Amino acid sequence: MPPVNKKQFWYMWLGYALALAAWYAATAWLPVAAFERLPGPWEVITEWFSTDPAYGISLFTRDYYIHILYSFYRATAAFLMAVALGVPLGIFMGWSKTFNDFAAALFGLLRPIPPLAWVPLAILLFPSSESAVIYVTFLVAFFATTMNTYVGVRSIDNDYFRAAACLGSKPRHVLRHVIVPGALPHIFTGLQIAMGAAWFSLAAGEMIAAQYGLGYMIFEAYNLIQFPTIVIGMATLGIAGYVSSAAIRLLGVRLMRWHEQSLGMEG
Amino acid sequence: MTAKIRSIASAAGHEAQLDLAPRPAHGKLTITEVGKIYDPQGAAVVAVSDCSMDIAAGDFLAIVGPSGCGKSTLVNIIAGFDNLSSGEILLDDAPLATTEQAPRPGSDRVVVFQNGALFPWKSVLDNVMYGPLVQEVMTHREAKRKALDLLRRCGGLDRVAEAYPAQLSSGMQRRVEIVRALMNDPKVLLLDEPFRAMDTVSKTTMHEHLLEMYHVCRKTIVFITHDLEEAIFLADRVVVMTSRPGTIKTTLDVTLPRPRTAALLASEDFRALKAKLSAAVHEEAKRAFERGEREQA
Repeated sequence: MPPVNKKQFWYMWLGYALALAAWYAATAWLPVAAFERLPGPWEVITEWFSTDPAYGISLFTRDYYIHILYSFYRATAAFLMAVALGVPLGIFMGWSKTFNDFAAALFGLLRPIPPLAWVPLAILLFPSSESAVIYVTFLVAFFATTMNTYVGVRSIDNDYFRAAACLGSKPRHVLRHVIVPGALPHIFTGLQIAMGAAWFSLAAGEMIAAQYGLGYMIFEAYNLIQFPTIVIGMATLGIAGYVSSAAIRLLGVRLMRWHEQSLGMEG
Repeated sequence: MTAKIRSIASAAGHEAQLDLAPRPAHGKLTITEVGKIYDPQGAAVVAVSDCSMDIAAGDFLAIVGPSGCGKSTLVNIIAGFDNLSSGEILLDDAPLATTEQAPRPGSDRVVVFQNGALFPWKSVLDNVMYGPLVQEVMTHREAKRKALDLLRRCGGLDRVAEAYPAQLSSGMQRRVEIVRALMNDPKVLLLDEPFRAMDTVSKTTMHEHLLEMYHVCRKTIVFITHDLEEAIFLADRVVVMTSRPGTIKTTLDVTLPRPRTAALLASEDFRALKAKLSAAVHEEAKRAFERGEREQA
């Protein structure tokens, strides 16, 4: 959650500072062999902000932004496809009992397969590794979107459907005025989960089958023993995931003013 | 300003209600030997059996009975949510529900629900405008004008037109829901225990609001409740139903004059009617209780 008042704001920074301190302490003073190779915070920050980075990646290098752009492009493409397919499918599953009966079983079987397990098959299936990575990213986002939309539709009180019928609604009105707005809070929860899931399966996919991207950058740095670059990549992934989730949350709040009102009333 | 004063006055129960509107031309319900058997897993449960009543257009009818006596089932059949197993229901002498023809929900019979079913994602105004807009019987401009007018006439509710339902008290929500129903100019208004979850004081206020709406905009009303005072205070006629199977035990004509105010609750006539109704219901409740005991044993 973004900071709301002054106290929360300072606690947030205190949290960051404590984490950095713990990290520094672990690398500088902890007499454990495992931590000796770990770059300290200062080392990472100087590399990150250096105009002439030792390992070629910093805020001032072109490559850094190319990796970010590739990752953003893949995450966004996968996410948009997941929304375009998952939301209608979830609505349809929630609406039609017959359709759900046969789709639910299939979903139950496919959903637990970890995204990484799809990578080899995706590489075989798709003409380029680019589409394979996007496909794997899409898949997790798609399941999260579909399932949450479905749950959202099912959670709509039956009285709303009856009221809509009494007031003379045709099916298209029910869809537009009852199902979509009624499921929207759940849909947006699903979109946030989908965005988060998209970023982590994206990084995994990029490590295995890509030429550019933050996941690729991290894995390449690992191969070349460029430890500060690994941490830069991880931190960038964290920021990117946070920013895209926050953007979705903000959009959700704007679209669902009524929901804020009812939550405020309950609390 | 006037709307506010008016609303306060009416909430305090001082305002005399307007004269009762003339009897509407439509809305005659003829219920003949209606029965409903639920048969979920082969074990037939008789919810309603041999239920007959005639409701004249513009009449206010209350149905009371213990929980599970099939009074909601009856409303669901009239509303078109459920079909019947025997008998028939006519609306203005045209078949509404028969054993061959399953009823369909329609804007001529609007239900106000027990737990409230205003769309929480729509403002008060959008809720009220919803019916005519989806039926495409009014333009947006007409619907808005009529909605605001109706809200204003029903206790100054136009003040909250832009609010979302969650921002209103539950009493206010229920009044808006009734206005949303009236907006469709229905022949029959079906109220399924709409004030069930309210405390006695708000309930009395709601009754006066409902009667005010009834006076302004007279419709055939079927009002389901298990509160005897509520039934007598509001209705022209009270039907007492028995449980399992749901049949009509007795019918009581309420001769109290309209307009009615809270002062009526203390009158001798009201208490006599209540005593009479209590006796009938109590006898039935005792029978149901004993039957329950036997089922337990």
